[in-house]
Amino acid sequence: MEETRQAWLFVTPVHAGFPSPADDYKENKLDLNELVIRHPEATFYVRVSGDSMRQAGIDAGDILVVDRSMMAAHNAIVVAMLDGEFTIKRFVQRGEQLYLVPENPQYAPIKIEGEMEFQVWGVVTYCIKHLV
Amino acid sequence: MRRKLFALVDCNNFYASCERAFNAGIQNKPVVVLSNNDGCIVARSAESKKLGLKMGQPLFTCEKIIREHHVQVFSSNYSLYADISARIMKVLGQFTPTLEVYSIDEAWLDVIGYEGENLTELGKTIKERVFQYTGIPVTVAIAPTKCLTKIAAERAKKDPSYHGVLDITHYDQEALNSLLSQVAIEDVWGIGSKYALFLRNYGIRNAKALKEADQRWIRRFLTVVGERIVLELRGTSCIPLETNRVPKKMIIRAKSFGREVTELAEVAEALSTYIARAAEALREQESVAGTVSVFLHTNVFNPNIPRYTNAFTIFLPFPTAFTPTLITYGLQALNAIYRTGYRYKKVGVQLGKITPNVAQPDLFGDNTLDERVREDRLMFLVDALNHIYGRDTLFFAVQGVQRTWGMRRLHLSQRFTTSWDELLTI
Repeated sequence: MEETRQAWLFVTPVHAGFPSPADDYKENKLDLNELVIRHPEATFYVRVSGDSMRQAGIDAGDILVVDRSMMAAHNAIVVAMLDGEFTIKRFVQRGEQLYLVPENPQYAPIKIEGEMEFQVWGVVTYCIKHLV
Repeated sequence: MRRKLFALVDCNNFYASCERAFNAGIQNKPVVVLSNNDGCIVARSAESKKLGLKMGQPLFTCEKIIREHHVQVFSSNYSLYADISARIMKVLGQFTPTLEVYSIDEAWLDVIGYEGENLTELGKTIKERVFQYTGIPVTVAIAPTKCLTKIAAERAKKDPSYHGVLDITHYDQEALNSLLSQVAIEDVWGIGSKYALFLRNYGIRNAKALKEADQRWIRRFLTVVGERIVLELRGTSCIPLETNRVPKKMIIRAKSFGREVTELAEVAEALSTYIARAAEALREQESVAGTVSVFLHTNVFNPNIPRYTNAFTIFLPFPTAFTPTLITYGLQALNAIYRTGYRYKKVGVQLGKITPNVAQPDLFGDNTLDERVREDRLMFLVDALNHIYGRDTLFFAVQGVQRTWGMRRLHLSQRFTTSWDELLTI
């Protein structure tokens, strides 16, 4: 895990006439890390297999950005550990009852029962999709 | 003297916990992690400890237990552990700017800024945040000296009623003595087995007895190091946080081969790689080395093959951190000790006479200032590229491409956090 920070080095020689008027407008280069990572020490990537979240736009082969530091809110898409397996589902709260809900009519929602081994592993914040 | 306040954060079964964080199927199962070459156990989950598996136990002596209890076995995945460790240290940095990274899975935090607050709550917050961010369970111990945090951490690990957090800053003498009397003298941080034996001969069997020992007597026989430990047990902090690591005076890189190796070319490849790694560490601490020592030996645990052990030291004409120079002399040393007909198990290098890298050009010799600057630049580039693009992006041809001598790691998990090709797939 490395944070990358980019800084501009100003090299316009002042003595050789006017400095470039563009120097004043130079800003940081856009860095995708800044956009998708809020907590670098808690951010992990996972690769998707399976199609249970298809209607949420998450397909096999996509890479998900997962932030472990965030608490799962109602309707968040989460990575969870459920009875010895990892799963990606929508986290739904109805009163006290918790559900893991797929986004594909071919799969049924899972009601979290007391005897199940269940733990939210992290909250999915972005989906990286290959389009070409 | 100003009061001090330390929090020791110690990861529970760190390597095993790292494996567990990325494997939903082993949450309540016994887990062990093996040393280099899958030789022996170096980390155990709580379930494995209950099965009687021991730290350092050779794998072949516990295969039956492993099979019968479905113990989950992993090779050491250092890329994963190092990344998770770095994340944990960053999380700890959110609580204080002053922390000492003591090892891959332990750190001390200066928490004097929290004095007067509920320190048990602070400990809980640290513990919960590290777990939330990284999935690694930790123990947090808070005390006025580093030595006492070590003792409190051991106590908190043994007694589940503490839930992994123990603050002993409010203990009175009686409570402290009762805690210290349960700590055997050899378990006191900083007391080696030799001194422990010596102290036992004088009836000093536990930490409480050491705390009450005569300070001058201790100083006479255990030097100032022992005296500091006594003072620390009494609550006076004398061992400060080492936030800036002192540069190492000696750098050793050595590993056992995954299989026994006979050919000089293979030994030379391995040695060159270790020299390159040692040189990288040398440059990282901005130092140069004055000697290169090479050692080589056959499998000391196998009585049935001819044994051979040797070492050779070369004094360099001028101190350097330039990898090609170090490899050149290292290979000369190897040539001096390599004998055909043996099956070698281990080769290594030790860089000695380490000094800060300040230019001492030899005006009339090979080592001109120009040459030094050129070498430094080249090495800077090699290190930078290897840092950015991954180890061994740039390497010296003598290190070999095949690396058939590499470590045996049959149970290696994926590099979940450091390789795009090995992400957790769900």
